[in-house]
Amino acid sequence: MPTINDYGAVIGAQALEELLLLGGKLAGKSVLNINSTAVGGGVAEILTRMVPLLREVGVNAKWDVIKGDEHFFAITKSIHNALHGVPAAISDAEFDYFVETNRRNAAEMDLHADFVFVHDPQPVALVEQRQKCGGHWLWRGHVDFSRPDLRTWNFLRHYVELYDGAVFSAPSFARELAIKQLLIAPSIDPLSDKNKELSQPEIDAVLERFAIDPSRRIITQISRFDYLKDPVGVIKAYKMVKRYTDAQLVLAGGGATDDPEGPKVMAEVAAEAAQDKDIFVLFLPPASDLEINALQRASTVILQKSLKEGFGLTVSEALWKGKPVIASAVGGIPLQVAHKFSGILTRTVEGTAYWIKQLIHEPEYARKLGVNGREHIKNNFLITRHIKDYLLAFLSLEHKGDIVHL
Amino acid sequence: MAPGATFRFNTKFDQTLLLGKKARNVGELCQGVRSVPDASIYYHTHKFLQQHHYLSPEPPNDFAYWTTQVLNEATLGEQLSSVDIIQFHAIAALRQRIADLLDGYLQSVYRSVDAPEGQEFYFMSTQTFVLATRYEARDLAEFAAALRHISIQSIYFHVFDATLRLAQGENDFSLWFRAQGKPRLADQLLRLDPYTYTLEGLRQALIAIVERYADD
Repeated sequence: MPTINDYGAVIGAQALEELLLLGGKLAGKSVLNINSTAVGGGVAEILTRMVPLLREVGVNAKWDVIKGDEHFFAITKSIHNALHGVPAAISDAEFDYFVETNRRNAAEMDLHADFVFVHDPQPVALVEQRQKCGGHWLWRGHVDFSRPDLRTWNFLRHYVELYDGAVFSAPSFARELAIKQLLIAPSIDPLSDKNKELSQPEIDAVLERFAIDPSRRIITQISRFDYLKDPVGVIKAYKMVKRYTDAQLVLAGGGATDDPEGPKVMAEVAAEAAQDKDIFVLFLPPASDLEINALQRASTVILQKSLKEGFGLTVSEALWKGKPVIASAVGGIPLQVAHKFSGILTRTVEGTAYWIKQLIHEPEYARKLGVNGREHIKNNFLITRHIKDYLLAFLSLEHKGDIVHL
Repeated sequence: MAPGATFRFNTKFDQTLLLGKKARNVGELCQGVRSVPDASIYYHTHKFLQQHHYLSPEPPNDFAYWTTQVLNEATLGEQLSSVDIIQFHAIAALRQRIADLLDGYLQSVYRSVDAPEGQEFYFMSTQTFVLATRYEARDLAEFAAALRHISIQSIYFHVFDATLRLAQGENDFSLWFRAQGKPRLADQLLRLDPYTYTLEGLRQALIAIVERYADD
């Protein structure tokens, strides 16, 4: 696993020096991260990388996990869906069981730390213990809170407002709360298999495996096959382009196994893609990071034509590879793309087709978008920025005022 | 600043804060502009400059970007992007100018459009942490040498934050030059419009001015 010093080659020695300088202001302070699973899921993935790196910058970072039975996790799954806006019928008895499980965990855990950083709703009620344990308490909601089921949100809100601060991933996820709210966007790891530099032979080998012609233009969308990612809309836009311009289309991603609409989407995609041998529909298994990396690096233009999106980190991954990106103005995508500066934002199939043609026919403009996009990601969406934001979040719980001299 | 004082270069880190407040149209934007804290006005007029510091010319401020790209109000967007921030030495005056432009628009239209759901203007703010770096200068030669090594956040803090947020009337560099008995150099620096440079471009421009006027 890369060390903090390995990132100096990516962000520059000066930026690394300043990150370590900031870490020095929290040297020896303890940070206890708490979530509900040690493996699997986005939060565990982030903590697996962040905890060692926080230690390397001088913070005494720890990570603990709450325990629960099947009933508890069935309730938390309902809560998760309800926060995404899916109507939920969570009973009072289920809410009570949720709180009881948190209390049982609290009785078994050592919650003493300078900063207790609780991730997602599952352990949110541990905060009842804060008077007994001391320290500053911070809660992070990693999911899209833009249109939550209100009854579920009001239940959680009671606990969230017992914290010193709440962290959200995008401005539209913020709620009206009586406590400080911080914006910390997710990040990509430039040294991971999905984002590290690849040699041309490595890229060519992946294209050869899928019989994609490296000498012709490639338009790509990487996403799971789901209505909300609008794969059919992508094919329609591609067909509008293809009338005048030669290109291949790659739709690559996994299927959502728990999505009952999955097979229907796949069937529609297959029907739309039939009779055009230049459309490559690639159902990739999990752990296809190197393949995704190579497909993105081989692309002429990358799309993310989502109808709804959480943060949409695939956009950051594409921009990091210096590619011109056309993406929908939904979820966290507008944070990653400034229209006509670091990429293109569209809202329709026709608009997407128009901009694909523009970028293909104006490669110098497309290149400039790619260069700007990569710089934007380098400065704002790499894991090193995420570490910096966590350090700042802890400091902001200790200090008041607009400008703080440390 | 005392004559002969050593200049200590600071750097800064910004934590973005969410205010939980949003605007769907120009009327709500105007209400928000009048009521949010100073740090929020500073954030929305400087975020692009800091986040997109490699672009030249840099994109306009958040207010201009949103009215142009989301509300499709090109004339208002152009007016907002043309606000000459360098002329303002206090946030209150800058806030008033932006609110006046929004008011002028509201008085000139029969109805204003609403942003599509999810594309509302979200008011944010910033908390800034300032840390001393290992770079310092006792004379102009050391100052020019340090300028080549400090981070762009350091330049940003001493030029932009110092002028507007600390309400000093001028930036940290020009204040130090005056204390060193170099008023001509300080004046030359104040003639530079830092908002029209990328931050790397600004670094080079600062070095060129210091080297050119060091002996004046």
